[in-house]
Amino acid sequence: MTAAATQDGRGGDSYYGRPILKEPVWKPTIPWYFFTGGLAGASSVLSYAARRGGNVRLARTSLGIAFAAEVASPGLLISDLGRPERFLNMLRVFKPTSPMSVGSWVLAVSGASTTASVATRALGVLPRLQRMSGTVSAGAGGPLAVYTATLLSDTAIPVWHEGRRELPFVFAADSAASAGAAATLLLSPDDAAPARRLAICGALAAEGLAEAMRSRLGLAGEVYGKGKAGRFDRLAKAASLTGAALLFAGGRGRASAMAGSALVLGGGLARRFSVFHAGFQSARDPRYTVDPQRARADDARA
Amino acid sequence: MSATTERVGFFTDTSVCIGCKACEVACKEWNLVPEDGLVWTGESYDNTSELGANSWRHVAFVEQRAPLRVDGDQAALSEDPLRWLMSSDVCKHCTHAACLDVCPTGALFRTEFGTVVVQEDVCNGCGYCVPACPFGVIDRRELPAPDRPGPFAGKADGRVWKCTLCYDRLGGGHEPACAKACPTQSIQFGPLDELRERAAARLESLRADGWNGARLYGEDPSDGVGGFGAFFLLLDEPEVYGLPPDPVVTTRDLPGMWRTAALAAGALVAGVFALYGSGE
Repeated sequence: MTAAATQDGRGGDSYYGRPILKEPVWKPTIPWYFFTGGLAGASSVLSYAARRGGNVRLARTSLGIAFAAEVASPGLLISDLGRPERFLNMLRVFKPTSPMSVGSWVLAVSGASTTASVATRALGVLPRLQRMSGTVSAGAGGPLAVYTATLLSDTAIPVWHEGRRELPFVFAADSAASAGAAATLLLSPDDAAPARRLAICGALAAEGLAEAMRSRLGLAGEVYGKGKAGRFDRLAKAASLTGAALLFAGGRGRASAMAGSALVLGGGLARRFSVFHAGFQSARDPRYTVDPQRARADDARA
Repeated sequence: MSATTERVGFFTDTSVCIGCKACEVACKEWNLVPEDGLVWTGESYDNTSELGANSWRHVAFVEQRAPLRVDGDQAALSEDPLRWLMSSDVCKHCTHAACLDVCPTGALFRTEFGTVVVQEDVCNGCGYCVPACPFGVIDRRELPAPDRPGPFAGKADGRVWKCTLCYDRLGGGHEPACAKACPTQSIQFGPLDELRERAAARLESLRADGWNGARLYGEDPSDGVGGFGAFFLLLDEPEVYGLPPDPVVTTRDLPGMWRTAALAAGALVAGVFALYGSGE
């Protein structure tokens, strides 16, 4: 008999097979927000690039998309709070140790600047504020699109925390793809050419990065092949790749552009749901928490 | 840490726990923690199952075919060994507390006693601390809150709750309710430094007596969370009691994660501009 005695009956090296971590309490409004936040952030950047490049129609459309996505975002977040009436407490402090605090400020700045940009341009007033708010909105766009990945990585959930090197890049690529696809959906092929390129390259990059993340994760990444996370992962892959192929092969055809764009958008949304559910599955099985920690503890002891 | 008084905590010596659950009851009574359902789990005498919003102490019961005592060379002293491990789990009040770090509202804070407490009048129920805790201690209360006003009357409480180490009792110079109620001094309250010394001495005497698997858990300030404010003497590996063997505070890696985020945001902007120009 060894000092580390074996347990009788159920459970093995866990307490009655019970999870060690708590599953998140978040609802599906959260992966929806990952999608709208990413779409808004990348669309602000695309709008800025288009304005600099002289493509006014694309600039205007992407700004409108960013605005619509940012109008939807706070509602998705507030509805998920246990105390929605206290949503303003999110801006009570600024805490760099909390990605959610940083993200709340990013969303506030981004939302205010995008709204100011849309309003001043629609009314044709205050040209300096038009330029300034557009620049601030684009500057906040990148952080808005990726901070949600950092937020997930900054938890004890193995599949989220261990994926911390790739997850922000996956979200960035998916956001870029969504922004490109949304603009392609609404614009004529001539105006949408840069957006279509962004949708294709973003979707391919996201797929490659997600694959790289899964292969590096090892045991923790198992959940991406199981249950809801697995189903959404396969859906994301199929939709993104088919969408990118349609956009590429369809060229200037309107029907293929619309179908391809819708598929790329759907793929980005499905990936957020896959990542979201992966965290729940990762928390539920104590193996994912115990096994790597046990190996680490044994190494330290040896 | 800006403690103005000595840091205090718990030393839970599970070798003398008798599983009476007086700690669970005393905690619920003093802190007005609501009843969250009565179930029979069939898992030994444990019908509480886990720590959570409505259970701030949890007594684990582990039945093992293992000897309570062994010879120096680990040979069992009994032919047909059987032991019953009991352990009263609680919030660890980590030196580096992930829940406190990630809380976006500042509702979670470090008290003058070095403990970690939720301000119930600030928490907005965002739930970030729940998956951040490496021990699965803190959770959101989904039971109806009787005192919610107006349009939210009768709705779920929606805030997170956990052990406060009886912040209100400490303020009045009293020890926490669980420690007060513990009949065997399995739960010991006091200044952390003193508890660590006491624990080291206790471990030495248990080992000298041949107790099987005695070890301290969370007493080391160099561990992944900087040491627990509430640490334990266990008789088997932590995972046997449902505890993580090598917990790490998630925010330890946050500087690197922010750098990755900055790179990814930069890559997004660079990618958009590169693709914008590529077709002209």
